[in-house]
This record gives sequence, C-alpha cells and structure tokens, in this order.
Amino acid sequence: MPDPVATSADLRPRQQVRVVLPSPLRALSGAAAEVTLDVPAPVTIAAVLDVVEQRWPMLRGTIRDHEGGARRAFVRFYANGADWSHHAMDTPLPAVVQRGELPLLVVGAMAGG
Amino acid sequence: MSQVRVLVGTRKGAFVLTSDEGRSQWTVDGPHFPGWEVYHVKGSPVDPDRIWASQSSGWFGQIMQRSDDGGRSWTAVDNHFAYDGVPGTHQWYDGTPHPWEFKRVWHLEPSLTDRDTVYAGVEDAALFRSTDAGASWQELSGLRGHGSGPHWQPGAGGLCLHTILLDPSDANRLYVAISAAGAFRSRDGGTTWEPINKGLRSGEIPQGDAEVGHCVHRLAMHPANPRRLYMQKHWDVMRSDDGGDSWYEVSGNLPTDFGFPIDVHAHEPDTIYVVPITSDAHHFPPDGKLRVWRSRSGGNTWEELSQGLPAQHSYVNVLRDAMAVDRLPSCGVYFGTTGGQVYVSPDGGDHWHAIVHDLPPVLSVEVQTLA
Repeated sequence: MPDPVATSADLRPRQQVRVVLPSPLRALSGAAAEVTLDVPAPVTIAAVLDVVEQRWPMLRGTIRDHEGGARRAFVRFYANGADWSHHAMDTPLPAVVQRGELPLLVVGAMAGG
Repeated sequence: MSQVRVLVGTRKGAFVLTSDEGRSQWTVDGPHFPGWEVYHVKGSPVDPDRIWASQSSGWFGQIMQRSDDGGRSWTAVDNHFAYDGVPGTHQWYDGTPHPWEFKRVWHLEPSLTDRDTVYAGVEDAALFRSTDAGASWQELSGLRGHGSGPHWQPGAGGLCLHTILLDPSDANRLYVAISAAGAFRSRDGGTTWEPINKGLRSGEIPQGDAEVGHCVHRLAMHPANPRRLYMQKHWDVMRSDDGGDSWYEVSGNLPTDFGFPIDVHAHEPDTIYVVPITSDAHHFPPDGKLRVWRSRSGGNTWEELSQGLPAQHSYVNVLRDAMAVDRLPSCGVYFGTTGGQVYVSPDGGDHWHAIVHDLPPVLSVEVQTLA
C-alpha cells in the first residue's frame, strides 16, 4: 500500500514499523490492533506519529498536542521493554523497533484501582 | 405521527432515546463513544438529522463528532480549538494568573438558520464557531478580549463556557454564560461583547455586585419572548426583562435557590422549571426528595412537582445542561441525573416517569421533536 505521507521531497529511506495504539484510539480510528507503518528514517516517535496522524486524521491531538506537539500527559510510549515517554520526540527508537521486530506501544496511562 | 429523540450525554458515552408522542414506550440506543465523556449532544434545528457531539477524555483529549443521519453513524470532524493570538491569563482558584489552556467542549449550539454553522463553548472559557460543518473552528475572541478576561476565575467544575443562547429575533444577538465569570452579550454577531451582570449579588466574591466573577450556572430564553432571560445562578434564580441589561431575583418560595439547570416551557414563556439543590456544599436535593419546581408566572411563585419522582433516599444532582423540553402540543419536560436516571414528564411537569434508570452519570439532555 503506498504511504500517504510520502512526497517527492521525501526520499529518505523508510522502515516498516509496527505500532500498537490504545484501544480507545483504535475504536475511534478503526485501526487494527497492531498496524505496520512505512516510516521515514530516522525512526522516531515524532516520525511515527506523523504517519499515524496522516493515515488517521481523527487522531490528531489525541496522542500529542496540536500546539507544539508535546506528548499528552496521560499517554506513554513503550519500546523494547523500556518507557520511552520522557525521551525527546526526535530521539531514534531502539533498533529492534526500527526494524519492526518489536512494536512501539502507545499506551494510555494506568488509572483506577 | 410525531416522534421525540432525546440525546443524552454521560460520563461514559452517549445515548439516544426515542419515542412516539405518547412518550411512554422508549427505544434506547447506545452507548455511542463508549468509555468517553460526552459533555453535550445537540441537533440542528435546520436539519434534525445533523447532530453534534462533544466527546472527550482525560487521556486523549477532545474529539468532535457529527452525525448526518440522526445519530445512527458518526464522523469525527476537526478537534483543534486554537485560541486567537496570545491566550494570556485568567485567574486561578487562588487568584493568581493562570494561562488559558483548552480542555474540552462543554456545550454545542447549532445555528438557527444554517446547518453548517455551530457554536462551541469551551473550557478554559471561550466561544468558538465553525461555519464549515466542523471542518475548522475559529474563536470569537472579542469575548475573551473585551477586557474582563484576566479577572475570570474557574468554578468548581472549571472555567467553562456552558451556555450559548441565540436570539431567534435578531441574528446579531448572542448570550453566553461562564462559570465563574457571569453572563455576556454580543449585539454584533459575536464580534464584540459586554458583561451583563447588573443586579447579581454573589456572596462568594469580595465585591458581591462586581461586573464579573459571578458563578452563573445556566441561562434560558423562550423564543417568543427573547428579551426575557432566566438565570440559575450558584445561589439565586434571576430574571431579566431587558435582554440582560438588568437582573432581579425571582427565587420566591423555592426551598433553596441553589441549583444548576433552568428551562422554559415550549409554549408558555412564563412557565419555567428548576431543580433546587440543598446547597453549594451538598449537591443533592433537600431531604433526599427529588423534585422539580415550576413557576407559571416567570418566577417568584413556585409549585413543587413530585408525581412519579423519588420521595426519599435520592442524593443525585441534575447538572446544568441536563434539562430540556420538547415541542409537542403537550410539552414534555426531561432531565437527567448524576445517578444515571433520565426522567420525562409528558404533561409539562405534572407527572413523571423514568425512561432509564442506570445510565452513567448524565451530563446533558437535549430533545428533538420530529415531525
């Protein structure tokens, strides 16, 4: 499937990245439980979210703010067994996520009790 | 045969309740957007199949939904509410300056004349409008920018713009209310605004008759008499006969004048309804008896409506957007509670029954009367 965000100006190498979205956002977008996205290198959270928001525009503002792109406070990112939430959005993700061996998990913070 | 469609927003989704004009047999559809807070759902008076919903979550923020088939299916539309220019500050609870931050849409008010135009009242308080069926939103920033904005402070529920009234006799005249800033009026279609709080007295603020700072809970208007406005304030039921230039109290013989909703009978501009609540500290009905009170004289003289409502052990609240009326010949009155009940009276308040008992806490109730 052609990537909806690829443009003639964007000739960077691309990676097949697996992403798991939280269930409320899957219900909102209709996305599958796990999706594979064609993401331009370097594969960062910001790059992954750019592709997510292009493919599912209704998710804009739900994971990161419209203004400035900061992570929403109750959203977390897990990658390769580590909490990636507090890394800069433009930090390259672990190689196993970049290669699609493990998914990037977008998670709603735990609540209740 | 006429139908009514009741649009219910709750803490965990939206529900659509439908009935014929008898209003005794109901079909319950939902939850739509399960698990999400739905602060408000309202249909267009121009095209009843077009319905707007405000869907939000502390985790994932604001989503705006539009239905073009009477609530059977929904499309997410633009959810970007950007304050115009540098947002500036309002007062925080402790009186210190606090930056304006968008949190959620509290209230949606579809245009009376254009199916693609809808107003949105948001927290932190501001008024937005879409004229392209929700594809984009623009702030009517003359409201926040008229001068008193830095002195607005949040009520317990946040600094919310919760009421939008459109004058059917004058497209340029709009009213909004903000907790806890007060009531405001525009006479030029929303470009410029002025506070309209003369006559309000609020013991919760240092200067009780201040121009702004009043915790107005709700405004109501009858389309046949749009210069008369009714207000349920934090404490006090108020009335204006001059389009908001001045207000006077009409609490009269109410058992308590604290409450949230106020609404007007569909065919009788002098007949109004409130739900008295014990106090600001005790958000439940006096003595655990859930009662609606009706005035047929535009306030001051009130009668208790109890037929079919709980006579004991009722400790629910009725929130400000959770009362509505239909337009059938025998006006139906509806309200939802924080206990998840939605009540209807098909005869203007004389007799009540519960349509549903166990929804999530009800945030809003609107009614569409369908031919």
